[in-house]
Amino acid sequence: MHEQTIAEMSRALAAGEVSSVELTRGLLARIERPELAGNSFITVTAEQALAEAEAADRARAAGQAGPLTGVPIAHKDIFCTNDVRTSCGSHMLDRFVAPYDATVVERLRAAGCVMLGKTNMDEFAMGSSNETSWYGPVENPWDRSRVPGGSSGGSAAAVAARLAPGATGTDTGGSIRQPAALCGITGLKPTYGRVSRYGMVAFASSLDQGGPMARTAEDCALLLDGMAGFDPRDSTSIERDVDDCAGALDSYPLAGMRVGRPAEYFGDGMAAEVREAVDAATQQLAELGAEIVDISLPHTELSIPAYYVVAPAEASSNLSRYDGVRFGHRCAEPSDVLDLYERSRAEGFGDEVKRRIMVGTYALSAGYYDAYYLKAQQIRQLISDDFRKAFSDVDLILGPTSPTTAFPLGERADDPVAMYLSDVYTIAANLAGLPALSMPAGFADGLPVGVQLIGDHFSEGRLLAAAHGYQQATDWHRQAPPGID
Amino acid sequence: MQWETVIGLEVHAQLATNSKIFSGASTAFGSEPNTQACPIDLGMPGVLPVLNQGAVEMAVRFGLAIDADIAGQSVFARKNYFYPDLPKGYQISQYELPVIGQGQLVIELDDGATKTVGITRAHLEEDAGKSLHEDFHGMTGVDLNRAGTPLLEIVSEPDMRSPREAVAYAKKLRTVVRYLGICDGNMQEGSLRVDVNVSVRPAGQAAFGTRAEIKNVNSFRFLEKAIEFEVERQREIIEDGGTVEQETRLYDPDRGETRSMRTKEEANDYRYFPDPDLLPLEVDTSFIERVRAGLPELPDDKKARFVSDYGLPAYDAGVLTAARELADYYEAVVTAAGGEAKLAANWVMSELGGVLNERGLDITESPVAAEDLGGLIRRIEDQTISGKIAKEVFAAMVAGEGSADAIIEARGLKQITDTSAIEAMIDEVLANNPGQVEQYRNGKTKVLGWFVGQVMKASRGKANPDQVNQLLRDRLDG
Amino acid sequence: MSLSTDEVRKIARLARLAVDEEEVTTYARELSSILDLVDRMNAVDTAGVTPMAHPQHATQRLRPDAVTEPDDRDRYQRNAPAVERGLYLVPRVVE
Repeated sequence: MHEQTIAEMSRALAAGEVSSVELTRGLLARIERPELAGNSFITVTAEQALAEAEAADRARAAGQAGPLTGVPIAHKDIFCTNDVRTSCGSHMLDRFVAPYDATVVERLRAAGCVMLGKTNMDEFAMGSSNETSWYGPVENPWDRSRVPGGSSGGSAAAVAARLAPGATGTDTGGSIRQPAALCGITGLKPTYGRVSRYGMVAFASSLDQGGPMARTAEDCALLLDGMAGFDPRDSTSIERDVDDCAGALDSYPLAGMRVGRPAEYFGDGMAAEVREAVDAATQQLAELGAEIVDISLPHTELSIPAYYVVAPAEASSNLSRYDGVRFGHRCAEPSDVLDLYERSRAEGFGDEVKRRIMVGTYALSAGYYDAYYLKAQQIRQLISDDFRKAFSDVDLILGPTSPTTAFPLGERADDPVAMYLSDVYTIAANLAGLPALSMPAGFADGLPVGVQLIGDHFSEGRLLAAAHGYQQATDWHRQAPPGID
Repeated sequence: MQWETVIGLEVHAQLATNSKIFSGASTAFGSEPNTQACPIDLGMPGVLPVLNQGAVEMAVRFGLAIDADIAGQSVFARKNYFYPDLPKGYQISQYELPVIGQGQLVIELDDGATKTVGITRAHLEEDAGKSLHEDFHGMTGVDLNRAGTPLLEIVSEPDMRSPREAVAYAKKLRTVVRYLGICDGNMQEGSLRVDVNVSVRPAGQAAFGTRAEIKNVNSFRFLEKAIEFEVERQREIIEDGGTVEQETRLYDPDRGETRSMRTKEEANDYRYFPDPDLLPLEVDTSFIERVRAGLPELPDDKKARFVSDYGLPAYDAGVLTAARELADYYEAVVTAAGGEAKLAANWVMSELGGVLNERGLDITESPVAAEDLGGLIRRIEDQTISGKIAKEVFAAMVAGEGSADAIIEARGLKQITDTSAIEAMIDEVLANNPGQVEQYRNGKTKVLGWFVGQVMKASRGKANPDQVNQLLRDRLDG
Repeated sequence: MSLSTDEVRKIARLARLAVDEEEVTTYARELSSILDLVDRMNAVDTAGVTPMAHPQHATQRLRPDAVTEPDDRDRYQRNAPAVERGLYLVPRVVE
């Protein structure tokens, strides 16, 4: 049962073969097993999940069921959930209970999804390995000594370990796609503004975007249809009708699709076994009728330095609200207001968060703004222009998601720059606000390899259809990690 | 040495919207602490700002009133600093691209001359909360009801040259924002907050001196006093061979002086950058024209109309148009009085003005309705009562005894205009005072006034004074 | 780009993060290496390029001026570390 995808569960629920309560009970039982969960959940909401499942079953009996009614999912612990702790992976918010739901949570609940719990993540979504979480690292189900990727590592690991058929994630510089790749699942970062950011704890406001993580493109489409759309509470939400992505999976055939292969994404940085898998996937797409076109995104290399100015700069400001006054960690017996701020923040934030706050503060400070922040915004423009040119010629861009497969826990924890460099293929889509997904495309030494597809603005339908087409012809996405029953 | 004072003002006007600039919480004044602070005002995790259209309309209203450039695109920026009453750790403001650009305001000086003061810019921003320093076991309490209230920060050019000019500018600005209905102008409650930049320089020197910024000036009187003190302070420093420091100073109304706000903190570094949660604000022509169509008549236009249409002296017109409510009241009195504009002006300014002043009331709290005051003036005009009796009637109206007609009727104050009745009173007075009649007839015509007084007294003030005068002359001269 | 320990202290103060002497040294090293990474931006001449503040070319949407948020103070203050009589408490602020 837990092997089923969302689409399959949806059909089983509709056919009356299973109830939401049964599904929910079964998955909660798996989440309770530490050897399966591998610390992928921060909070499990069993009681509430069962109540929601019962309600979903009643709705279905009353003839009021949609495709997601009764489907259990998990939320990344960055999405605020009314009356349930939202920690954002941080000691700072260990006891924070939001008095509101994030729009994403609200919409998926309205669509009938059952929330199993809140998944582990890098603290404030800052990290690429899930090792910066205050709640400890998450194990990769494919090899428990390795990282699941980050920052949505808990969501990716939970889906890969069949603890939930789908989960929400957020992606600021690759935080959905990279863990999806490292855990062998499918994850989509939508066009900036597609999915409301309301109630999603902010990391870097102009880059953050929530999205679906599941085993298949079809499931991602179902979840995206449930969470996307205009939200008047988010000024950056796009006022535009949402496509029916699930219904459009067959509308964009791979035959004749022009797929760009940027030279810059196939350089020296990529591990040989990753290159092999990506090349094989490219070959497969060609066999399915796609036309592979060599293109260039000349400013790719600059995306990392630009990102590591823009993201920390926005973060340094976004995280100023954690001051120990209205919510969040407060130090013991502050002597004055300065002491209250400095110690509450120093105690409440972990090392990576503090590093980024420091970098961002520096980049925005008097005398450095032009050299760092403004310069980074200019480079952002150049990167965006690269894509605009590319998309005048191709429908999609293909490349690796991550330069390596899952790396051992602890390997890069003491070298922030090495960690940052691993985001090289995912960051540009965030800077340009483009939709991009990662899908399983093979294995190297028993570890999953992901392929990334980047689309033009608002082309989620085409992206998911292309991935769906690929998944119809391959079975990488159907492989399960060993030892998960 | 001759010194010249240079003054510029930064005025924060709290905009009179129903809800906050970026949230749907109420802006009402005086509620229980933190009952009007929603998650957005509290800066809770994940919440986002959405701009209030009302605040933008009010900013544009102001822009149109000062004949300013209105930016087609303006940008909200974050001003980053930590303070307990600043929930997010940054204030959303406008920095490089404000919504309102260069404009001007015409002020009237004491000698009746006018002067144009430049306005550099006006921008939208959010207010902070309040720290309450009363005792909470040695702690400070933070109330965030005010956090997120829309402010329009109006920055003038350094165009003013005396404390009086600065006061005239501040008063005019207050009049304009109140006319526009965008701010209640209450300085005590902090709806209108004035910061003043002051510097001095030798007369004739082109370069500005180093300025000090004075905060906490919450009345026009304090504004004048604060500037006077500051000018004196700076002059003494320079004359003693010292240099003025650029700094922020606080006005202490109890001691009538300014003092440095300098702390041990390093210089502020606000790290402004465009707020990524908000997109550029676009104000297009149709938006501007829609706002323009709803603009009220502005004080300068109204004053000019009062002079031309009502034939009022410029001074009277200025007094009566100082507040929109007063001007409205006055015009209602004129209508009710059947057009007696000058008489109405006198009554509103002196009689009613005196009562309001004495009782500390605003025109909107007048104990006498405009229609009733107009009714009284109509009775003076149609000679039902004399001007003197009218004052008695007015006092009764203020005391709540009813309309002028009702009081005149109840007290039997109707003026006596019947010639034969007046003649009978005159005859009696003349008969009782043969000596004075003799004096008059011997050429001492001054006693006529005395006779008028006697007759008026006999009529208990009700005889028509003009008629009494005329009939007395006829009798004495005849 | 190499940051001095004094600069690190200054940034930490601006960011309101308490740092001890050992951390200052660590930060100086780490931040310097991050800034080296960031300095790679200088490889490209961006003169005349319009800075891109946002991935969207839309303009700000306006909300009607209506009160839509009810008072829910008690619920909001459940997260607060120190509250009295409806006020958030902080160590005494001297003005």
